Amino acid sequence: MKGYNFGYLDEQTKRMIRRAILKAVAIPGHQVPFGSREMPLPYGWGTGGIQVTASVLGPGDTLKVIDQGADDTTNAVSIRRFFARTAGVRTTTHTEEASVIQTRHRIPERQLREDQILVYQVPQPEPLSRLEPSQAETKRLHALADYGLMQVKLYEDIARLGQVSISYDYPVMVNHRYLMSPSPIPAFDNPKMHGMPALQLFGAGREKRIYAIPPYTDVRSLDFDDHPFRATRAPHACGLCGATDSYLDEVVTDDRGGRLFVCSDTDYCASRRETTQAAAQ
Amino acid sequence: MNEPTLVSARGVSLAFGAIRALRDVELDLWPGEVLAIVGESGSGKTTLLNVVSGRLRPDDGAVWYRDPQGVLHDVHAMPDPALRRLHRSDWGFVHQNPRENLRMGVTAGGNVGERLMAQGARHYGDIRAAAIDWLEQVEIDPARIDDFPRTFSGGMLQRLQIARTLVTHPRLVFMDEPTGGLDVSVQARLLDLIRTLVARLRIAVMLVTHDIAVARLLAHRIVVMQGGRVVETGLTDQVLDDPQHAYTQLLVSSVLQA
Repeated sequence: MKGYNFGYLDEQTKRMIRRAILKAVAIPGHQVPFGSREMPLPYGWGTGGIQVTASVLGPGDTLKVIDQGADDTTNAVSIRRFFARTAGVRTTTHTEEASVIQTRHRIPERQLREDQILVYQVPQPEPLSRLEPSQAETKRLHALADYGLMQVKLYEDIARLGQVSISYDYPVMVNHRYLMSPSPIPAFDNPKMHGMPALQLFGAGREKRIYAIPPYTDVRSLDFDDHPFRATRAPHACGLCGATDSYLDEVVTDDRGGRLFVCSDTDYCASRRETTQAAAQ
Repeated sequence: MNEPTLVSARGVSLAFGAIRALRDVELDLWPGEVLAIVGESGSGKTTLLNVVSGRLRPDDGAVWYRDPQGVLHDVHAMPDPALRRLHRSDWGFVHQNPRENLRMGVTAGGNVGERLMAQGARHYGDIRAAAIDWLEQVEIDPARIDDFPRTFSGGMLQRLQIARTLVTHPRLVFMDEPTGGLDVSVQARLLDLIRTLVARLRIAVMLVTHDIAVARLLAHRIVVMQGGRVVETGLTDQVLDDPQHAYTQLLVSSVLQA
């Protein structure tokens, strides 16, 4: 597109963001501040993720964008088209074809590879923000690895409800050192972060923070020895492809109580249906 | 007293602008000993407590702490992480207002368990058992383990704060007017509890109080402060029954006799 630099952001800004990314990769789970720019879409729509994607994207890349696992939602379509126009890169909905995947609220079901980058959109990068209002204090807690407070929150959940009640944005310890918010992905996706071959980058535009998990890094969900972390999913099979191992969305189908459980990862669901169709023919 | 000291302050001075809060204070505390710091308001008691516990940096002088291995540390030269670790394991702090120390939005059990979890305890059942045990030790009904502190009375809050502080078996506890603001019968019960626990666990206590009766009941030794200076120090009974310094005489004689 005329009048715009490749990938919308100017090269100086991309360099600044890449420096932040390099530092974030060097200190897994540590939040690195960066000079977040105004983007042509509102905060909360993925301004952080877009800036990270723009900075790692090259002309040879293939981009996939998902929102809640789906390729066809407004947010995903808009961001995909944004980069198709401003960078002219190839876009795809197939997880295995993409070299850069920007995501909101999900990790694709298909196992990612070493040559792929997963970019998360993050609304609130600070895992302790709801427990400790002062940012100066949360920084000190991170510096001293003083995470008793988060464990108290888990204790309270078990004492009152019999189990940990966090269903998304479930806090993780990265590389045995930093407590990290995995962004609002379901707790179901947390185990996928552990030892993932792909590079995971997190961008928070409004809060101006970037953090990262390098490939094959130890990522543990917080828990107690006698109350281990358990990933939960709706106890159903996907109504379209029949998958019993994927994360499901509940879709209301009519106004008489009709419900359908379907894979939230649309690409995973479609590829499974294609495989079964091909086998039937 | 051949045993080495636990804490020593040497030549500690601190001024807030023109106000000289501490002037050349010397102080020793031995393991298992209860030391009361008495004096009127503004005499520098609480400032001294904050300086010794590393929360305030003195202008001059040093505070030494001997760790369980017998190594001496200059409290104010310690790096932040080490001081913080000390504060959540070997040391404890009991505030006059328990709301400053307790988390009011967290249940009693969570409050007691926090220091254990901060030290790395990751077994829910063990943490809960320790919380129940400590609630019993401070005479709070264990059935209230899942209640919020805001449903507790003032005396119960103070006892909960003590349970929360002692759960990690600290060697040294700083107490700032632990019975202030409580009615007399609750005070008596709390003092009795503190005395029993401290003696049984052999905890050293540095106690700030303006109440001579509290000092007499709890303390082995007493330090009398006036205008930022230590004016008299000695065994509790000795100082209170035979005060030498004019200010101490005034302080002792001004106590109302019931």
